[in-house]
Amino acid sequence: MTTAAPAATREAYPFGLIDLVEQGVDVVAIDADLSLATMGHQFGEKHPERWLTVGVAEQNMVGIAAGFAAAGKTAFIASFAAFLPGRCFDQLRTSVAQPRGGLNVKCVASHGGVTVGEDGMSAQAIEDLALATSLIPFDVVVPADFESARQAVVAIGKTPRPAYLRTGRPKVAAIYDSAYRFQLGTATTLRSGGDVTLIACGVLVGVALQAAELLAGEGVSARVLDMATIKPIDRDAVLAAARETGAIVTAEEHQTHGGLGTAVARVLATELPTPIAFVGVDRYGTSGKWDELLGYFELTPQRLAQAARDVIARKR
Amino acid sequence: MPTSLAPVSVDELRDLAKRVRKHIVTMVYQAQSGHPGGSLSAVELGVSLFWNHLRCDPASPADSGRDRFLLSKAHATPFYYSVLAERGFFSTDLLSGFRTLGSPLQGHPSMGALPGIEMSGGSLGQGLSFAIGQSLAGRQDQRDFRCWVLMGDGELNEGQVWEAAMAVPHFGLGDRIVALVDRNRIQNDGFADTIMKTNPVQMWAGFGWHVIECDGHDMAAVDQALAEAVKPHERPRIIVAHTVKGRGVSFMENNPAFHGKAPTKEQLDQALAQIDGGLS
Repeated sequence: MTTAAPAATREAYPFGLIDLVEQGVDVVAIDADLSLATMGHQFGEKHPERWLTVGVAEQNMVGIAAGFAAAGKTAFIASFAAFLPGRCFDQLRTSVAQPRGGLNVKCVASHGGVTVGEDGMSAQAIEDLALATSLIPFDVVVPADFESARQAVVAIGKTPRPAYLRTGRPKVAAIYDSAYRFQLGTATTLRSGGDVTLIACGVLVGVALQAAELLAGEGVSARVLDMATIKPIDRDAVLAAARETGAIVTAEEHQTHGGLGTAVARVLATELPTPIAFVGVDRYGTSGKWDELLGYFELTPQRLAQAARDVIARKR
Repeated sequence: MPTSLAPVSVDELRDLAKRVRKHIVTMVYQAQSGHPGGSLSAVELGVSLFWNHLRCDPASPADSGRDRFLLSKAHATPFYYSVLAERGFFSTDLLSGFRTLGSPLQGHPSMGALPGIEMSGGSLGQGLSFAIGQSLAGRQDQRDFRCWVLMGDGELNEGQVWEAAMAVPHFGLGDRIVALVDRNRIQNDGFADTIMKTNPVQMWAGFGWHVIECDGHDMAAVDQALAEAVKPHERPRIIVAHTVKGRGVSFMENNPAFHGKAPTKEQLDQALAQIDGGLS
């Protein structure tokens, strides 16, 4: 769909913030000594009066953001997904989520999943979506490429409730061009198909498209959905996929508890029980290059294709 | 601009303190749960602050220029709700619903549930950070309100307090934030010196704060300390108020058991009589 150069979703963060300011949103953005990695510093260079860093202090960062939001600001905070929400979950729960309706704080956590790479297991967040989706008023978003990430930052910035948005470290192939319109809570059908649906988020969207290509070579028609918004999940898209293809594979750079797979399965289990297979990361990792790690954890087109064959075999 | 009441006399403040103390013991008795000890220790601080120093208008509790009071030691709700009700943020009739199903007066404060509740609480150590955000926003928007943050001394065990403590001087917020510590020397499990022995005065000074100490039950001294705290100083100000947990009720005073325990009916009657008799 696009010829844009590969780019990391984290690189979109400052562009989304600048878009918001240009659209008149009263944004502040806070970092905790990782702004060179979250890319928050680029926003700080453009709008120094709207950006600050609080040192290595994620708990304090969340509290400060809550105070900003209580004073009427749209407060963004950024760190690594291993620390935000992990290091400051209690502050997100008590100071941000529990005030009536939730305060207007947006977490943008970079280096999500295992593709953070060489830093190893402590840096590889595979729990963040489970934590974030458990915070009742929070929206949870995992964009797949630069364009969707930029638009997703704008979308959560304009939605007056708390949100968690995960970005990634590696440069990944573009999926969308500037004609794309991200909508919070709406899945995007990237490939139509009738035999099985691959529902993915983040880096796994590109992997799912490759898997669908493999399956096509075998005469299997796979639909691919980019489920960038995990919460609120696009219930209609999930149910349509279940009705029309009868088999579902979810794929995420996260453990299979509490992330995309769980969100999809909740819809299916309550409304239209359908064979489903979960592809994710249910063990702690190791160091390696990001693309090597995708192989190590079997987050590959081959694995997704095999999961699709397995789940198709379970159709009645 | 929020109203600033004419100074209330120390005698009047003492009368208000008695009323607040009676609410506290009555609420905890009625609920048969709650935290009387750390509520009774904070009464003089709260009464002097809300009547003589906090720039607020209970009729306009969301005025953007109001001073903010942030109860970081959020279990002290019997104290907090009583002060807010007596100050006119809501009816004292609501106090009897404390901790009961359907009442907005939860065990710990819930932002949005009642006028005057500036933040949600119940997990310690979060108030000062919240105040930093409010104050930075105030500076951006050129509003001159002040944030007053009340912490317990046990609460100072929390690491987040010190993340915030280092940030207040860094951001130059000394004229916008005043911290208050209710130094009652008892925390949940017992005496603070046995649970985690610290020297809060030295610690805050070491983090770059100007520490003002006072007898937290001498109303005139508290009133004076709060006035001093808003005077310009090169460092942010913190008041360490030396207090007695359970102050005003003999069998609760300095008794760790009444950190989070309700009195019996007999104890309530005794407590009310002692408060009327004027231990404070």
